[in-house]
Amino acid sequence: MSGTKGLNRQQMADRVAREFQDGWIVNLGVGIPTLCSNTDIGDRDITYHSENGVIGYGAVAAEGHEDLNLVNAGGQNVTLKPGAAVVHHADSFGVIRGGHIDATVMGAYQVAMTGDFANWKLKGQKGGGIGGAMDLAACAKRVFIILEHVTRDGSSRLVTACDLPVTARGVVTLIATNYGLFETTKTGFLLREIAPGLTVEEIRAVTGGILTVTDGLRQIEGGG
Amino acid sequence: MMTQKSKLRSSFAEAVADIPDGSTIAFGGFAMPGTPFNLIKALMEQGAKRLTLVGNTTGGAQQPRMPDIGMLVENGQVAKVICAFTAATRPTDVLPFTKYYESGEVDAELVPQGTLAERMRAAGAGIPAFYTPTAVGTELAEGRETRVIDGREYLLEYALKLDYAFIRARTADTVGNLRFHRSQRNFGPVMATAARVTIVEIDDPIVAAGSIDPDDVHTAGIYVHRLVQIPPAPLGLWPAKRMTRGQETKR
Repeated sequence: MSGTKGLNRQQMADRVAREFQDGWIVNLGVGIPTLCSNTDIGDRDITYHSENGVIGYGAVAAEGHEDLNLVNAGGQNVTLKPGAAVVHHADSFGVIRGGHIDATVMGAYQVAMTGDFANWKLKGQKGGGIGGAMDLAACAKRVFIILEHVTRDGSSRLVTACDLPVTARGVVTLIATNYGLFETTKTGFLLREIAPGLTVEEIRAVTGGILTVTDGLRQIEGGG
Repeated sequence: MMTQKSKLRSSFAEAVADIPDGSTIAFGGFAMPGTPFNLIKALMEQGAKRLTLVGNTTGGAQQPRMPDIGMLVENGQVAKVICAFTAATRPTDVLPFTKYYESGEVDAELVPQGTLAERMRAAGAGIPAFYTPTAVGTELAEGRETRVIDGREYLLEYALKLDYAFIRARTADTVGNLRFHRSQRNFGPVMATAARVTIVEIDDPIVAAGSIDPDDVHTAGIYVHRLVQIPPAPLGLWPAKRMTRGQETKR
């Protein structure tokens, strides 16, 4: 990640994972969100749910010990924690639609200050990759997003309104980027914590929409 | 033992021999687990055309590549796909399916994964349509029927009936009761209920009726019509370890 300012991928995931509360059922999307399961959050007991019906998966299986019939949503051969259960796909999405997921963490191309986000289709693309994202976004109790703050050409991924097709509207409450931790509020993005080495002015310059800053802004732990 | 015509078929070719052109066929599987590689391969050899294929993805995004919807598309057998992914999750990946879709040679219906599963569950359970909060406010809901219930907006989705379901299970008895291993289960039980004819490829030697405790059956044999025992590799196709570009989740 040389040349990228602020937090690396694991540090972004760590910051979000530290929001998880004891007893939560959490669904992690592919890419950076998967890394949340690496974070040490003490003795808080988290049950990870995967779209394919695996409830209670653990770490990626050690080389040579993979069960080739057991994967998480990213297709990685994972292990099961004691107490795990497997259900079929319709039941698995019953878990999601029924409001039994405490938090879902997903990647995105854009997040709007209204809580809309876009993560399934690029401009001009025919077709797209929705997977379970729309079900999770519409139905999980909390939707957390992790994404790089700016695109490769320097435009902000935190925007006033998404110009890409949205996955769901008004659902995102928390956003971790390499530059900081943000909430969506009625008055736009709220910068809650800042990544080491960044200034509020630098972040404001690359953030679309309205940005307010929390009183007594703190630096994100574990960064830099 | 229940008396009925034997469900056992001696080959994958025999199991798919009568599938006519224009059929709607669903393939189980989520990544490698549960994907009926052997039946898909047999369908490629059988050659039925103008098929509508239903599955989570069109395939082809992961290595090693195994028989998938994309291969049937490349084989000129497919009119339409109904999937939760009609593009790769990484925008930089190009699926084998994509050029056929972009040229208009093959049609596609993109359906959120939970809606896809529930449309088949509904078909199998005699529910013609249902309301879901999924996809409300998105491009997918444009011009479609919605309804506000208890203050929340829902989108109307219709049941998806299948002519055939191809699935893979770990264990079967001779009347077709099935057990799955780990995440092999995924769409399998749901597709089996939605199909007129369910064809299952089985990992372990097929056992006599009564060998599986009734309490331990995942899919009841009434939903299963044809069973084929998968031969050992290399004759039979088995899930492989996915080749990754760097395993990130290690603890």
